[in-house]
Amino acid sequence: MSVKDKISKICPSATFEEGDILLVNVPAKDWRALAEALKHDPELNFDVLTAVVGMDWKETLGVMYYFTATSRNWEMLSVKVAVADRENPYIHTISDLWKVANFQEREVYDFYGIKFINHPDMRRFFLRNDWKGYPLRKDYDKDPKLNPIPENDEKNEDNTVSYVEDPNGVIKPIPSKVFEMHDYVMNIGPQHPSTHGVMRFRVALNGEEVKKIDVVSGYIHRGIEKLCEELGYPQILHFTDRMDYMSAHQNRHCLCMCIEKALGLQVPDRAVVIRTMMDELMRISSHLLAFGCTAMDMGATTAFFYGFREREMVLDIFEKTCGARMSMNYNVIGGVIADLHPDFVKDVKALLAIMPERLKEYHTVFSGNLIAKNRLHVGHLSKEDAINYCITGPSGRGSNWSCDCRKKHPYAAYDRVEFDEVLLDGCDSYARYMVRMKEIEQSCRILEQLVDRIPEGDIRAQVPKIVKLPVGHWYTQVEASRGTFGVYIESDGSKNPYRVHFQSPCFNLVGVMDLCCKGHMIADVITIGAALDFVIPDIDR
Amino acid sequence: MAVTIDDVKIKSMKTEDFKDNEYIEKLVEELNATGANVAVGKLDQLINWGIANSLWPLCFGTSCCAIEFMCLGAARYDMARFGFEVARNSPRQADYIMVQGTIVHKMAPALVRLYDQLAEPKYVIACGGCAVSGGPFKKSYCVVDGVDKILPVDVYIPGCPPRPEAMFYGLMQLQRKIKIQKFFGGVNRKEKIKDFFRKHPEDAGEY
Repeated sequence: MSVKDKISKICPSATFEEGDILLVNVPAKDWRALAEALKHDPELNFDVLTAVVGMDWKETLGVMYYFTATSRNWEMLSVKVAVADRENPYIHTISDLWKVANFQEREVYDFYGIKFINHPDMRRFFLRNDWKGYPLRKDYDKDPKLNPIPENDEKNEDNTVSYVEDPNGVIKPIPSKVFEMHDYVMNIGPQHPSTHGVMRFRVALNGEEVKKIDVVSGYIHRGIEKLCEELGYPQILHFTDRMDYMSAHQNRHCLCMCIEKALGLQVPDRAVVIRTMMDELMRISSHLLAFGCTAMDMGATTAFFYGFREREMVLDIFEKTCGARMSMNYNVIGGVIADLHPDFVKDVKALLAIMPERLKEYHTVFSGNLIAKNRLHVGHLSKEDAINYCITGPSGRGSNWSCDCRKKHPYAAYDRVEFDEVLLDGCDSYARYMVRMKEIEQSCRILEQLVDRIPEGDIRAQVPKIVKLPVGHWYTQVEASRGTFGVYIESDGSKNPYRVHFQSPCFNLVGVMDLCCKGHMIADVITIGAALDFVIPDIDR
Repeated sequence: MAVTIDDVKIKSMKTEDFKDNEYIEKLVEELNATGANVAVGKLDQLINWGIANSLWPLCFGTSCCAIEFMCLGAARYDMARFGFEVARNSPRQADYIMVQGTIVHKMAPALVRLYDQLAEPKYVIACGGCAVSGGPFKKSYCVVDGVDKILPVDVYIPGCPPRPEAMFYGLMQLQRKIKIQKFFGGVNRKEKIKDFFRKHPEDAGEY
C-alpha cells in the first residue's frame, strides 16, 4: 500500500498535492491522529521530523511539517496544517512524538502566535517575553515605538504555561514553573567565552551536578526570515553567509539550489564542481576551527594555534578566488560569481599535501592526550535520541546514525566522487570530535578526486535580471559543516519570496544540551557544548 | 607654562602612513588650546603611553567578526605584537569593549551593563558593519542600528567582516587617540555611584 493510500485510510479528510515531495493537507482537528500514525505505523514510519515551518497565508495561519523516513531510502513527506482563527490559533503538539518539535513549536509560537495544545512549555524562544506582536505575521506592526530598544534586562521568566484541552474541547491554560521550588539555578552566558557565542543557559544544579538546563536563545536573533520577504531573490543570498558563517558556502549553495529548482535552471558543470570543492574546503576550515575551539575550551591553547595555522591556508584560497576571507558571497543563482583564481589548483594541492601530516600532529598533540580523552568521554547521546532530536551532521554520526545528506540525497558533484560516511559508535563527545577529524580526511579525498578534473566551460547559467519564481513551494537540503541545512521557499509569483525558512542544524543541536548534560558536572557543560559545536547566529537566524 | 604636543607617535606605524590624520590634528589643536601645566601634562603623557601599549580587550563577539578577531589572536596576525593580546572575559579587567557583530534588542541591556562595568578610562570600538550601523540587518524589527545608539563609540571599523589588518588599523587609531587624551580631569572621570544605581535600580539594594 502506498503512503498516499495509507494516509487517506487513516485520515479520510486529507487531501493531496503531488510534487517532488508529496504534500498532505490535513484539517487541524485530525492532525494529532495522523501524526501518531506517521510515527508509529510500521508502514509509514516517518521517524525524523526534518523541518517545521510556521506560515501565514493571510486568511489562515498554519504550519508546514517535513518528515523523513530513514528506513525507506529517506523518502520525504510534507504535511500542511492550517487554522482559520487568527485571534486564538491552536494546533495539537507533536513534541511528545518527535522531541525536536519542542523548540521548533516554540519558534512558531514566537513568530506567529500559534499555540500548541499539550506542549509542556509554551514560552517565546527568540524574542523577549514583553515583545508586542508576532513579527512574521503579514499584518505585523513594525512601528519601533511599540517595541523600542529596551533599557532594562529581561526579567527571568520562571512561569510557563501549557494549553490543555478537556474532553469537551475547551482549551485552558495550565500554569507551571520552569524550575522546581528549591532548585539552585546558575546563569551561564550570554557573554561567556566558552558558549561559542551569545548563548545563555540557566542551569539547575544539585551540588556540582547538572539537574536541568533551560536554553535561553535569541541574543543574536536578527529576523533574517522576515527581512527576506521584503527583498528580491538575488538580494537574500547574502544572509546565508552570515547565519552559520562557518558553513557559508554550503548554506548559500542550498539557497541557490532551491531557487534553481524552482526556476528549473540547469547549472553548468564547471560551476557544479567548483561549488562542491568550495563546500569541502569550507568543511575543512570549519572542522579545523571546531578542533581549535574544543581544545581551547578545555584549556589547551596550543592546539588552537595549530588549527588556525592550517585554516589560514584555506582562507587564502577563498580570498584569492572569492575576494574575502569570510562571508565570501560566492554562489549566485545559476552558478558562481567569479571564475577560479589561476593559483587555485596549486594552492589546493599544497593544502592536500600537508594535511595528512598535520592531522597526525593534531592527534599527537590533543586527541591522544589522557586529559582530553577523559574529559571528552561525556555527554552520551544514543542513536534513538539522535534520530528523535534530528541531530544530523558530525554529532549525529558520532552516535552511529547514518545521516549524511551527500549520500542520502546526492546533489552537486557528490554522486561522482568516492568518499566514506564517517560513522562512530562512541555516542559521546569524543566520538563527535573524532568524526570531525576523520571528515577532514574525507573532504581531502573528495578534493583530490576533483582538483584535476574541473571541467572547462561557463561558470554560471543565463539568469534574468529580475528573478521571479512560479507560484509554489520548494524544500532543499545540503550537508553543511554541522549537519543538514534546509531551505524552504514559498512563492506567490512576485519578485519577492512570500516566505523563506532556514532549517538550521545548530537549532536541533542546542535542543539536546539538556539531555546530554543531565547528571554531568557543571564543567562538562562546556565540553559537551564544544563537541556539539553549535554556531549561535545559525540557531537564532 | 604649558606642554604642547607636536606629533602623535605610536610604535607600530608612522603618522604619514595613516590615511586620516585630520581628526587627530584637530584633537591635538584642541588639547594645545586649552593647555595643561607641565607636571600634569608630562604625567598624562606617561600614563597614556602605558595605557596605549597595553590595551586589553573585553571579548564581546556575537557573530562573524568574532571569528576574524580569533584570527587576530592566532599566530599569523598575532595581536600580542601591539599589546592587545590579553583578551579578558571579565569587564573588570578590560580597557575597551570591541563590539563584534550585530546587537539585537534582547542583547542591548546586557551590552550596556558590560560597558557600565568596565573600569575608567574605557573605550568602545564598533567593529564591522552591524556594530557600525546595523549593516545588512538594518531594516530588521529587532536589530539596534549601530551601537552608537546605546554607547559612546571611539573608533568605527567598517567591513563585513573587517579583515584582520583593518582591525589592527582601528586598534592603532585607538592607540593614537589615547596618546592625546587628558587623563587627569579628562577621561578618568569617575562615574558617580548614584548615577550607576539610577541606571540599574535592581542592583541598588541597600543604597
